[in-house]
Amino acid sequence: MPAVSKGDGMRGLAVFISDIRNCKSKEAEIKRINKELANIRSKFKGDKALDGYSKKKYVCKLLFIFLLGHDIDFGHMEAVNLLSSNRYTEKQIGYLFISVLVNSNSELIRLINNAIKNDLASRNPTFMGLALHCIANVGSREMAEAFAGEIPKILVAGDTMDSVKQSAALCLLRLYRASPDLVPMGDWTSRVVHLLNDQHLGVVTAATSLITTLAQKNPEEFKTSVSLAVSRLSRIVTSASTDLQDYTYYFVPAPWLSVKLLRLLQCYPPPEDPAVRGRLTECLETILNKAQEPPKSKKVQHSNAKNAVLFEAISLIIHHDSEPNLLVRACNQLGQFLQHRETNLRYLALESMCTLASSEFSHEAVKTHIDTVINALKTERDVSVRQRAVDLLYAMCDRSNAQQIVAEMLSYLETADYSIREEIVLKVAILAEKYAVDYTWYVDTILNLIRIAGDYVSEEVWYRVIQIVINRDDVQGYAAKTVFEALQAPACHENLVKVGGYILGEFGNLIAGDPRSSPLIQFDLLHSKFHLCSVPTRALLLSTYIKFVNLFPEVKTTIQDVLRSDSQLKNADVELQQRAVEYLRLSSVASTDILATVLEEMPPFPERESSILAKLKKKKGPSTVTDLEEAKRERSVDVNGAPEPAPASASAASTPSPSADLLGLGAAPPAPTGPPPSAGGLLVDVFSDSASAVAPLAPGSEDNFARFVCKNNGVLFENQLLQIGLKSEFRQNLGRMFIFYGNKTSTQFLNFTPTLICADDLQANLNLQTKPVDPTVDGGAQVQQVVNIECVSDFTEAPVLNIQFRYGGTFQNVSVKLPITLNKFFQPTEMASQDFFQRWKQLSNPQQEVQSIFKAKHPMDTEITKAKLLLGRSSDLGQHSLKKLILTLQTLWALASSTPKPPRLDACCVWSRICKLRCTGSRCAQARTLFPRGYVTYCRSSFNPMQAVGLCVLFPCVSATLGDHTAHSTMEHLSTCTSSLGPGRGWDTKGLLTGTTAGLPVQGGPGSMKSRQPVVQSTN
Amino acid sequence: MPLLVLPQIRFILIQNRAGKTRLAKWYMQFDDDEKQKLIEEVHAVVTVRDAKHTNFVEFRNFKIIYRRYAGLYFCICVDVSDNNLAYLEAIHNFVEVLNEYFHNVCELDLVFNFYKVYTVVDEMFLAGEIRETSQTKVLKQLLMLQSLE
Repeated sequence: MPAVSKGDGMRGLAVFISDIRNCKSKEAEIKRINKELANIRSKFKGDKALDGYSKKKYVCKLLFIFLLGHDIDFGHMEAVNLLSSNRYTEKQIGYLFISVLVNSNSELIRLINNAIKNDLASRNPTFMGLALHCIANVGSREMAEAFAGEIPKILVAGDTMDSVKQSAALCLLRLYRASPDLVPMGDWTSRVVHLLNDQHLGVVTAATSLITTLAQKNPEEFKTSVSLAVSRLSRIVTSASTDLQDYTYYFVPAPWLSVKLLRLLQCYPPPEDPAVRGRLTECLETILNKAQEPPKSKKVQHSNAKNAVLFEAISLIIHHDSEPNLLVRACNQLGQFLQHRETNLRYLALESMCTLASSEFSHEAVKTHIDTVINALKTERDVSVRQRAVDLLYAMCDRSNAQQIVAEMLSYLETADYSIREEIVLKVAILAEKYAVDYTWYVDTILNLIRIAGDYVSEEVWYRVIQIVINRDDVQGYAAKTVFEALQAPACHENLVKVGGYILGEFGNLIAGDPRSSPLIQFDLLHSKFHLCSVPTRALLLSTYIKFVNLFPEVKTTIQDVLRSDSQLKNADVELQQRAVEYLRLSSVASTDILATVLEEMPPFPERESSILAKLKKKKGPSTVTDLEEAKRERSVDVNGAPEPAPASASAASTPSPSADLLGLGAAPPAPTGPPPSAGGLLVDVFSDSASAVAPLAPGSEDNFARFVCKNNGVLFENQLLQIGLKSEFRQNLGRMFIFYGNKTSTQFLNFTPTLICADDLQANLNLQTKPVDPTVDGGAQVQQVVNIECVSDFTEAPVLNIQFRYGGTFQNVSVKLPITLNKFFQPTEMASQDFFQRWKQLSNPQQEVQSIFKAKHPMDTEITKAKLLLGRSSDLGQHSLKKLILTLQTLWALASSTPKPPRLDACCVWSRICKLRCTGSRCAQARTLFPRGYVTYCRSSFNPMQAVGLCVLFPCVSATLGDHTAHSTMEHLSTCTSSLGPGRGWDTKGLLTGTTAGLPVQGGPGSMKSRQPVVQSTN
Repeated sequence: MPLLVLPQIRFILIQNRAGKTRLAKWYMQFDDDEKQKLIEEVHAVVTVRDAKHTNFVEFRNFKIIYRRYAGLYFCICVDVSDNNLAYLEAIHNFVEVLNEYFHNVCELDLVFNFYKVYTVVDEMFLAGEIRETSQTKVLKQLLMLQSLE
């Protein structure tokens, strides 16, 4: 026991520690600890006053027991007593105990703060240091309140000792980080900046950290630090290796301070003053030159310290991104490191080069190292180094080397570590798409991806290949042929079956001429995989089959037989059963015309940012996806562009009705194809991420949020500590929400403060009123908060609920989006058709009409345009079309309910168009699975053929678009309409389906707009 | 102007090969369960690495810079944007100070003098930042404090 022999410790403590170490079992240890706890407790409770030494010893034992992982629930007061001792060792143990076992007992906090106050005022540098370290370690809000005013004074006072200044600077930094609002800027700031000139390098080291943090938040106020930092840096890098004595580390002058200064400079753009700028450039050149000099020591410490400064200098050069000469020199230096024998250096060089690759000045220079990097991918032993190599290859990729890089990544993928496969898959998919000159190469690459790493190919990847194939007709035939061949493999990945099923369903006809891939062979091939697949894939295949019925009438009976088989029609899975029933009926009842229209080829997807890129960003964080330029460009091409006229909230003329929840959007589409466009319409943005949210939102809260779009009650958020439940009701433009905060623990929450935050533009449109809740929430208790809501005008963002509280010693901060969405305030209007049209015609005021002429971004195809006019960008249900769909449904509801018998044909025709989308859209499966119940109940109860068609046509969209109970009533309503049609009527009327019902109006409020298109324009 | 993420040491851990913690210094708020989880995770990621590996490991949203001395792992958890080599050498600087202070430091010194180790740490690192780098200055201060006992 070396420590004890030094004779300066506490003997009793050493004995106790030895005893614990000698314990043979966990039980023995616990026994020994309990004995000790009992002993200490009795000493503390005893009549005899303990002397300082004993108190110190026992407190120290308690601390040791706590550090072993046992709970300590006494001794705090004794520790606080030690604070007022005049002996350093006793004070130190007291402060240490307080720092390690922070307790939020308010009485104690008062005593602690009092002791700290005394020590700060003591002018004894040792005691001041202890007090400052305690504040820096605890950093609580109470301490900030008490000392944030005092510490800057200590920091800049002329007579403060250097070591105290160091502590004061970092203590202030801690308080500023924890409670910036409590640290007011003031006169002291300019004097703090001048600490950069201090003679004591330790003071400069501490002050630089403080200044860097302050400068990040208040760049203007700390601007003068730039020239001071440059001159300080310059003095360091030009000094001889022995000049700085204490601060020279293995012949490198003040390496940590240099690094800190270089980081401070990264808070600012290149200096404007040419003299300062010149001096800085000299410094950076000196640092680069030193890297080429022979080492002054063979020790790794020397080279590490030297290179720490070098890498930070390179970071600054990259940050400024303005000196091509320096950038290229940096790149060359890193190039040397790529082959260095030190793994650390190779790793860091790869990492640093990644950022260099995104600079236009050094991109080419980085590319010259491609072979070395590829070699690293093959030979490095450390997976994290290989990972960096993959990142760098990705960053240096452009059109000139894409094929080589993608091929290398693919071959690496075969042996890559499981942990990074998914990321590589995403990267390959992105590069293949971005740099594809020839889309056949793209298709081959993605199919290879699926073959090599099918399990790691996420949905985004295979969705994307389908989007691209659909949008580019030059590659469709090739894609069909290639997937057909790939499917021949005896064992192919399920993702391949999905892609294959989809592509053959859309474009199988392009290869059907070849007798080797005749319709029947295609079908048999796909169906041979059917039974090995999961339910979602089978569902997709069923859609493919119905598309085959349309594409290849000759296989119709084969497919009908399959659909009719018990394993489909009576499948235990409702989704599969539903599809089988629907498709079977559709194939037998619908005419070829209807089939052709309903199952028409998918219209092109709107161009937008690759969903895969979005996924990669999400995975890695945007900063690490290096092609920022590219991302910027993609963002500016906002394809879903032109803003739509706002749907007027139907309020004035409306009367509440049982269907009031018609617009409760049931299936918020998961929108797998990337973040919604920012310039989108109102409803669309309800689903978008509020990137500008004040606090980071709790993970998972997005999902819950989406769930609340169509329901009003439930659990909004839940973690280990806290549960937030909601109950809300809305009526016209008013609403009331009850928020229930449940404390799931057995401990009190203190300072419990929920805050409602409305973004600036939301504030004007949404009025929220609430009262503060009790700041203490007992363990197991629930508190309720009522929020009164008034919708003043339409809005897109949702308010954020931020909750802060203390649990145990720790500060908790949770943010969730509060599900107050525009649709909560929607109300349908019921009116007879003549009233409707009368109203429509009245809308003739110039302000009520809107017409805009714009240049088409894509070639205009009559059929496609028609489809788009009907339902927005129809294939793209997740976005605009959803809004249009709602508008359409809203109108149709009014039309259908006001028309006695027979139902208006144009209403049916629009329903069928909606249905078509549902049948072919790749995302329809996802949306539909959300609400299958209502349908199944219904379809079992009655089976009138006409009704079946009506249902199969009508219901999928209704069920997917609306909430459960409304769907049911909608269906009931519509089925009465459809059942009144004679068999075959309505569906056989020629031209029915091509009759456009474009630009459907929104009924309602006086402010509503009128489109210039007529409501119904039948071609007949 | 993109702002840098606040550079800050999240925590410093000294563990032995069996995973016993010899020092845990936290610069961020974590609750006790979380601390225990972090300690176990760090041990798991660090001990599987060998000499051919780098001294850096990505860890959650941070990174761990570590160095092994005999049976002890010294780990510093920092922000991903922080300077790896600077912290790697900060560890070594710290170890050299401990070595000098305890005259050939060994694991047992850290066990029996745990309360002194905290003092050494606070002299060299404070509020998650490097406070003092000069070994001479730190040791002078430590000896001065020692004399007060």
